[in-house]
Amino acid sequence: MATTEIMTVNMGPQHPSTHGVLRLLLELDGERVVKATPHIGFLHRGVEKLSEHRNYHQVIPLTDRLDYLAPMSNNLGYVLAVEKLLGLTDAIPERAKTIRVIMAELTRLKSHLVWLACHGLDIGAMTVFIYCFRERENIMGFYEKISGARMTSNYFRVGGLSADLPEGLDKEIRAFVEAMPGHIDTYEGLLTGNKIWQKRTQKVGVISAEDAIDIGLTGPALRASGVDWDLRRDNPYSGYENYDFVVPTHEDCDTWARYQVRLVEMRESCKIITQALDRLQPGPILADAPKVCLPPKQKVVNTIEGLIHHFKIVTEGFKPAAGDIYQEVEAPKGVLGYYLVSDGSPKPYRMKIRPPSFVNLQALPQMVEGSLLADVVAVIGTLDIVLGEIDR
Amino acid sequence: MSEHVAVGKLKEKFSGSVLDVVEFRGDTSVTVKKEDIVAIGSFLKKELGFNLLCDLCGVDYLGKAPRFMVVYNLFNVSTKQYLRIKVPVEESDPVVETVSGVWATANWHERECWDLMGISFRNHPDLRRILMTDDYEGHPLRKDYPVQGPDRQPYQGRVS
Repeated sequence: MATTEIMTVNMGPQHPSTHGVLRLLLELDGERVVKATPHIGFLHRGVEKLSEHRNYHQVIPLTDRLDYLAPMSNNLGYVLAVEKLLGLTDAIPERAKTIRVIMAELTRLKSHLVWLACHGLDIGAMTVFIYCFRERENIMGFYEKISGARMTSNYFRVGGLSADLPEGLDKEIRAFVEAMPGHIDTYEGLLTGNKIWQKRTQKVGVISAEDAIDIGLTGPALRASGVDWDLRRDNPYSGYENYDFVVPTHEDCDTWARYQVRLVEMRESCKIITQALDRLQPGPILADAPKVCLPPKQKVVNTIEGLIHHFKIVTEGFKPAAGDIYQEVEAPKGVLGYYLVSDGSPKPYRMKIRPPSFVNLQALPQMVEGSLLADVVAVIGTLDIVLGEIDR
Repeated sequence: MSEHVAVGKLKEKFSGSVLDVVEFRGDTSVTVKKEDIVAIGSFLKKELGFNLLCDLCGVDYLGKAPRFMVVYNLFNVSTKQYLRIKVPVEESDPVVETVSGVWATANWHERECWDLMGISFRNHPDLRRILMTDDYEGHPLRKDYPVQGPDRQPYQGRVS
């Protein structure tokens, strides 16, 4: 008589469907997954520990290395948290807030493009991969013009921005977001009606709304389970309450639903960017807070106050009042939170990051157990995890 | 004093357990006794609708007593309200009852807290290290753990 036994298979540590180093221990009965155990921690860089030894400004470049596919969203979350800690939230100039919204939404587009590209490739759609990277390249170009770097942007500052937008860039961004819906139509034309794509994504990785909240899923993954919650609309920051956009939800709770939700989000991001570009007025890009923001160079070389403030901020940093705050933003992958504890010194006493990918990955076992081995790849793709953010 | 609805209800239900209520920059933090954390967590989830545990972490106040603070950042998805619960933990007995039975998401957060801060969680279903290797010694996020590694001198000057 034939007997069956459970076979253990290691998926990873390096696998094309994961952005980074992830080892999945899969116990298989034939092709069916009985148990999945994720092992993480291969990239751990100790960002939280390092930030305790730097002053608040010096932490910004650490944050964009977390989710390296959406660096500006991480920067935004961090600077908003520090501004809240300082009580500076209301002092941010309108122009700085609008540019922050433009960059955050471009970052969402950029992150979703990589998600769609890699998700498509995981399931076997090569053309979408190349198209998405073509469009993403434009956003990388904007990044380069703004911050000088293509990946590790260091553009947001506590109190505003490091510099104004370069001349003529707003026109380039406008042209790009006007062309973008057409590109999204192309991707949808290649995938949505495709029978293979439908069979590989529908009813795969199903998670109910209640389970999703319990396990802590956020962002597009939660909205695809039918929960109508988006921080940009419900707990707005950076003036998001002034924009008109739709928060997409879907009732199917599966990989297909998450694909649909993200596509609508990309279209909505284009609308938000267009509205923000319409609102963009000339004005200051830094808050009037001389002890926190670096003064303009003219003031540094011409006035003694400017020189002193510059010197103090560069050598020592600033000292927020003792206390603790928690600030969240809607990053492309879900809710990104920063819990900051200040003891009144120029360095964060404790910084805890709530990375969306870390929490979303926790849902993987319950989404794949009982389904087929090939579905694991589809579900990893749909969760859109970045291991740099999970391991910190 | 506090505007937060949940604080009043917590004080009413767990009058002996609420140690402190702090408002800072619009955030409300409630410090409670660690013995009651599971009861308080269940109450907050079932009665007051704080169904999402955003984040759980430990803070090391080296040199103070009690040394550690476990922090729970809660969110109510329907009313969009935040609430922070804190639990003081002594260095001599760094154990807290797990809340993974209340919010499933606490599972990995508690593993991370154990791994990096050395606070253990009683009745946790699977308390293993998560970011460091299984044979790693020490808990790197403690303040007395040297930033440059276990065999190095304690941190003296600049890192970068």
